[in-house]
Order: sequence, then C-alpha cells, then structure tokens
Amino acid sequence: MSKDNLIEIVNLKKYFQVGRNATLKAVDNVSFNIKKGETLGLVGESGCGKTTCGRTILGIYPATSGQVLFNGKDVHKMNRAEKLEFKKNAQIIFQDPYASLDPRMTIGDIIGEGMDVHLNLSSKERQEKIHDLLKKVGLNPEHGSRFPHELSGGQRQRIGIARALAVEPQFIMCDEPISALDVSIQAQIVNLLIKLQREMGLTYLFISHDLSMVKHISDRVGVMYLGSMAELASNEALYDNPLHPYTKALISAIPVADPSAEETRNRIKLEGEVPSPINPPPGCKFVKRCAYAKDICHKETPKLKEVEKDHFVACHLY
Amino acid sequence: MEKVLEIKDLNISFHTYAGEVKAVRGISFDVKKGETLAIVGESGCGKTVTAKAILRLLKTPPAEIKEGSKILFDGENVVEMDKKRLLSYRGEDVAMIFQDPMTSLNPTMTVGKQIMETLQIHKKITKKEAEAEAIKLLKLVNIPNAEERIKQYPHELSGGMRQRVMIAIALSCNPRVLIADEPTTALDVTIQAQIMDLLKELKDKFGTAIILVTHDLGVVANFADRIQVMYAGNIVETGTKEEIFYNSQHPYTWALLNSVPSVDTKSKEELYSLGGTPPDLILPLPGCPFASRCEHAMEICKEIRPEETSLSDTHKVNCWLQHPDAPKVDRVRNLGGGKNE
Repeated sequence: MSKDNLIEIVNLKKYFQVGRNATLKAVDNVSFNIKKGETLGLVGESGCGKTTCGRTILGIYPATSGQVLFNGKDVHKMNRAEKLEFKKNAQIIFQDPYASLDPRMTIGDIIGEGMDVHLNLSSKERQEKIHDLLKKVGLNPEHGSRFPHELSGGQRQRIGIARALAVEPQFIMCDEPISALDVSIQAQIVNLLIKLQREMGLTYLFISHDLSMVKHISDRVGVMYLGSMAELASNEALYDNPLHPYTKALISAIPVADPSAEETRNRIKLEGEVPSPINPPPGCKFVKRCAYAKDICHKETPKLKEVEKDHFVACHLY
Repeated sequence: MEKVLEIKDLNISFHTYAGEVKAVRGISFDVKKGETLAIVGESGCGKTVTAKAILRLLKTPPAEIKEGSKILFDGENVVEMDKKRLLSYRGEDVAMIFQDPMTSLNPTMTVGKQIMETLQIHKKITKKEAEAEAIKLLKLVNIPNAEERIKQYPHELSGGMRQRVMIAIALSCNPRVLIADEPTTALDVTIQAQIMDLLKELKDKFGTAIILVTHDLGVVANFADRIQVMYAGNIVETGTKEEIFYNSQHPYTWALLNSVPSVDTKSKEELYSLGGTPPDLILPLPGCPFASRCEHAMEICKEIRPEETSLSDTHKVNCWLQHPDAPKVDRVRNLGGGKNE
C-alpha cells in the first residue's frame, strides 16, 4: 500500500444474478487507485458499470470478489465501528437533486441528519455548522428553514453537496452531479466543487458521461467499457493521446461548441451499440465494434497494462 | 428561400393557481424549407412550449395561445385549425421527435404496430402494405434485422434504437417540418453522434426542415444552420451558426457560450458562470428580461424593452447595447475557435 493512495481497488468484481443462468457482470475485474487529494474521473456510456463501481467502492453494494482498501482497510470486511467511521469519511453526491432530498424535511435537517449520527454536537453547534455549510456552498443561512421544493435544481445540488460535507469526509463520490442541470448552472457547481477541494483537501471520484467536464475537473481519468477499465491515464495523456480504440472514438465524438472546429475535425464513427453485459463472450468486450480487432481479441481478455508511464490501457494492440 | 413556417407575435400563457405565467412573450420567427433552426436556452425559457405550440400539443386549459398569435404553415394559420385538419396536419405536415425515447413509445405495443398505426391513420393503406412500409422505414433509420425488430416491444430495444423508431414514426408521412425536442439528451455520446448523423442524412435526402430544440451547444455547432437564443419567453438573439458563435452581440449569448469549457480552458481553471436565476414569469417584465443578471445593464434596460436591431439579413439582436449612445462592450472572454487556430 503506497502512502499517497487513499483508496486501492484490487480485482473488484460485482455480478448480479438476473436469471437462472444469466449473470450480469456490471463490474468485471477492475483495479485502480485513487490518490489523496486528486480527482479521478470515471467516464463511459450508460450501463458500462461506472455507477455500480462507485457504489461498490462505498460498500453500498457488497462485492462479488476483490478488495476495496480505504486507508489500507478492506471496506467490505469492516466491523460495525469501522464501517461507521468509513461512512463518515466517504460521502456521496447524487445525480438527481430532485429525487435525492427528502421532500418532508427542511434543508437544515437534511444537512444536519448526518451530523447527528457522526458528530456529537450541541444544538447550538449544530445550528452554527449548518449555517456555515450553507454559506460555504453559496446559499443563505435562511435557506435552512425551507423545504426542497422551494429551491431550484442548482440550489438543490448545492444542498446535496452541503449534506456530503457536513460530516467532514475525506472522500466524496460525485455520481453525475451536473447532468440534471442547465449549462450555466453546471459551471457554477463545477466551480464550487473545485473550490471546496482546494480549501478542504478533498478527494473526488467524479463519475460522468460529459467528457469535456470530466476533462476540466479531473487529474486522472478512467474509461470504462462494459464493466472493464479500458484505459486509465492522466487527464492530458488521455485526451491528447488516447490509445484504446474505444477512447479514441469517444473523444472524437465529444461535441465541440465551435462550428469551424466541428467541420474540420475527424470523427471516428462507432458502428453498433454497447452489447449486453449479460453472459458476455470471452475475449475483449469491445471487439464487435472495434476496427482493429485481431484473432487474439476474440479469444483472450486483454489485461490493463502500463504502456507509457502512468498510462494504462487494456488492448491487444499494445 | 421559401418559408414553410412563419410564427408571428406568438404569446402563450399558462393559467395556474399562483397567477398567469407568461411563458412565451410575443416572439416572431420563420423556418425555411430544408434548413435546420436551433432554439437554445435554459430550462423554462419557453423553447419546448414554442415547439409544442407549433403542433398545437399544449393542453388548453391551463395553456392559452393568446389572441393575435399566428403560426402560419404555408400561409394557413395553425391556431385556427379545426380538429379534422389538425389530425392531418400533425404527422403529414409537421412531426415531432420527443426528448425521452424511453417514455414516448407505448410499452404495450410492438414497435411495428406503433409505426403502422401512424401509417394507417394518415394513408389509406392495407395492413400488409403498412407492414412493408414499416420495415422500409426501419431500414431507412439504419435498424438491422428490421423484419424481426417490428415484432419486438420497446423494452427489448436500447435507447438509441428507440430513438430511431421515434424518428421512423415521425418520418412515416414525409412531413415538411420535423421538430426535434432534445433528441439526443438522453443518449450516450457515441449514440448521440449516430442519431445526429442520421437526422442530417434524412434532411439532405428529403429536404425536411428541422427545428432543433436543445441546450447542448456542441450539437448545435455541428448541426444547425441558424440559431435562435431564447430567454424568459423572448428571443434575445438570432443569426446564422457563424454569427452566433463568432460574432454574438447579446450578453446572454456570451454567457451561454462562455459557460462551456472550451479546448483552451485550462484544467481546474474557474469556469465563467452566470449569477442569479431567470426571472419569475408570473411577474410583469417591463424592461429587458435579462437585465437583472446582465453585467452590462444600464438604467434603461430595467425600464423599456429593447427593440430588435438588425446587424445583417440574418443576424438580429434585442439589446440596448446596440443603441448608438450605449457604451461599447466586448464579449468578456472569447472561445478558442476560428481566430487562434
């Protein structure tokens, strides 16, 4: 265990039994690390297992096999007290700010609920802390006595962030935190997340399918395809020099808000759609849509290997 | 070019318990044959309401298309159409693709039946002919194994496939105008590109005019001919794609363009973000609707609604900064494209 890793994920698998003879391999043998204070972006199409991966890391789903080490301790083998401590340190921000706040609780109680469990505060301290948190995420202390339906989507997502921050976590998993918001509000939330990270030294796992925002906020980015990690590299390396054919296609498909750039660039078109993750055939999972597929790709699953320094790719071409 | 749709002074209100919400406030625009017009803006700016009004799909009450509003299709006022004419107008003249392919298909009917339903209502053809036509349409939208697919139910298809089925239904009666309301928002990037390419291909093939309602500026940059920016029920700026992206004049358009990270934006650099929220549409808005959030707002902006200024045949902007006495203001930050490369 290296010192700068906050979380180490080793051969993590999460299978769901979906029928008598059908296994859905949502996360299939994934290994990576999250360093202290960094933002790791996780991208991929819907159904590729990025959210399941994040939730298994947080222990919300039990793992089928493999380990998730948080500060060296296996998340899935913790006893009660350790688990409580872990939950204080690892928080989550959800995708849908409309569905993830209890409509019958005031904003203050939503933020305070976690504190009641984890921090032993007097009611005065609790109130002060709620006000501080509201200010920190750019809202007024008066918002504390309101209900979620009185707030806009962007404001609700700020509440989601305040709730996560309330228990003073080290790590926050942001599960598509901006995809339900308008463009101009997205920028506000991303700015806020970056600011909070600077101030509090937080570590983020940022899950999104918006590749340009992931590029903006992340230090390193992992690309998932059908439950496996296809490529993992630093932000610059991944966007400037993608190696995996899937990453190449994905990056070339990002719409750019600039007409002349849109006209001149070469888009790699992917044929077909993501195959079903239920009982996948052996070999590379991308093989059916890959233009460079060779014989070996049909037979053997490629392993994630370091091709350049800190640039990992799972592809038989390298 | 020939105009297919002309919208004149369209006013739409919703009657709610809290009062009258003026969702669309006197907008005028037209759509020409074979062009793609993009309507962009934040949620609640009236873009979807406008799109639905063109098809008379708004439920009245609570919605009300105000007197004096004109939606002219080939000179015929849609607002005054009777039920029978509307039935043929919807589908044959103007058709729509909805945002969410997961919920806009009927889960209890096979996709073949859903396509045939449209065909049988609009064209007087037999079931057999309709089935052959449905297979042809599915092939047109690049669905492999069309013969098998028509027997399947929506839940057996992926999101991209379902959106293709929606497009097939919309195209089944060769409409002259296709309204696409956020057609790719619910889809993944690689599938998004496939669907947009398909729409482009079909547009070139049949000369259908497309009204693209979206908030994704990337899709707009690739796909639209003209862009119309809406804010709080008003059109604040309209122009060709190039005029809007490289020479926009309205502060709200600047804000929209600047809030997307561009190629040049450094990692973790603070993104431009627009403060405040859109105005409450129940309240009267005497001045410019954007005045309360605009960093260049002057006294007059809060009091009198700005007139439309023409910068070219295609480029129109509603902003007091265009007035000869107004101070000269440049766009805060420029997007990378065009000049630097």
